[in-house]
Amino acid sequence: MVGMATTESFVLAIGTKKGLWLATSPDRRTWSFTGPHFLMSEIPSIGIDTRDGRTRIMVGVRNEHWGPTVAHSDDLGATWSEPEQGAIKFPEDTGAALERIWQIYPDAESRPGVVWAGAEPISVWKSTDGGEHFELNRGLWDHPHRSDWGAGYGGAAAHSIVVHPQRDTVHVAMSTGGVYRSLDGGTSWEARNKGISAYFMPDPNPEFGQCVHKIAADAAVDGRLYAQNHHGVYRTDDNAESWTSIAEGLPADFGFVMLTHPRRQGTAWVVPLKADGERIPPNGELAVHRTDDAGGTWKRLDKGLPTGEYNSVLRDAASVDSAEPAGVYFGTRGGTVYASADEGETFTEVAAHLPDVLCVRAAVVAGA
Amino acid sequence: MPDISVVLPSILQPLAGGQSVLTAPVDGPVTVAKLLDSVTADFAVLARRLRDETGALRRFVNVYVDGDEVRRLQGLETEVAPGQEVLVIQSVAGG
Repeated sequence: MVGMATTESFVLAIGTKKGLWLATSPDRRTWSFTGPHFLMSEIPSIGIDTRDGRTRIMVGVRNEHWGPTVAHSDDLGATWSEPEQGAIKFPEDTGAALERIWQIYPDAESRPGVVWAGAEPISVWKSTDGGEHFELNRGLWDHPHRSDWGAGYGGAAAHSIVVHPQRDTVHVAMSTGGVYRSLDGGTSWEARNKGISAYFMPDPNPEFGQCVHKIAADAAVDGRLYAQNHHGVYRTDDNAESWTSIAEGLPADFGFVMLTHPRRQGTAWVVPLKADGERIPPNGELAVHRTDDAGGTWKRLDKGLPTGEYNSVLRDAASVDSAEPAGVYFGTRGGTVYASADEGETFTEVAAHLPDVLCVRAAVVAGA
Repeated sequence: MPDISVVLPSILQPLAGGQSVLTAPVDGPVTVAKLLDSVTADFAVLARRLRDETGALRRFVNVYVDGDEVRRLQGLETEVAPGQEVLVIQSVAGG
């Protein structure tokens, strides 16, 4: 076996409004780019699957003319494959058509080949063949709340999927609808939004209908998740039975991003935006904020980031890698991508002048 | 047997084995839907680029029969006769 230390490298995938860029780096400081792949198609979702001894990059592709599809590459983008019949296809009886793939989520190491997807219209999908064919989750599709779910500005979609690495617990977040939890691997689902505000509804504390922008699980504390809401940042310690605010100490409680550390408990990152009505970094000063105590306190991280930045950072335009220390990556709607090799303490610009960044994913891979 | 030609835009031709024109032999008028079924039978990815899984024409895909866009006629139920030409053209859209 070859020692990991000599063969590790890093892959950064940047999905934009007009194509995909891929970058590799031996050290997270210098990056070699290829792209654009899928020029003139938007790439709103990316999954990098490093299980099974290979690196598979899966992308949700959407072309304004030719529709959505899923493609994958096992050679870092040198070639791409697309199943003839399409990887995600609504069954005929639903009468629905796929609009956009919002999330591609490789499951845990313990479930090789399992990949989840979240899509518009609001739906969750599961593949057991490494993302080549997905099956519609009927439990969520047939949920009695469906007729009351709404669409945010970007569309009505299931955009966050968090799967417990050992148990059959799955959390999904949708806009709008909020958080839904399954304890049986996705067969049945219940809304779990107690404590999350929906200020835009007549009843600001409904069972469901919240516009949760992103959820992420604490890697080291069972039952703990974090949520960036449409105004509001929250934590649950009881598997989403109840949520409490952890927004104090942040310059704003609006935003889209929620990232958690790959191993360490209590560490999460957000990118605050001023407000619902003014979706810019507060005062035009772009900063990431990190907590190391599960939201008790927040540290502003802006070293290497510009002032005078008026572009927002979208919910999936941010990622962490699994290295030690963890890398943090994000891109703006202005087409700039920043990377940190030290958990956000310092950032460097790794790409600029790209189309709007919709999705960023990073991974540690063997070789490359 | 006479046939109907479907002319593809250059961007879609790689999905049809490099062909710019696909032909379907017919013995009488057929609907545009049936015609598309026929000419894309061997080109599943091409079929998905033109229509979604409900069979609906994608929003920014236009199909013309003798110069008329089918949405102004009877949509995919518009009938096409042997000898007529059908054009697939992407609409002016996007940013």
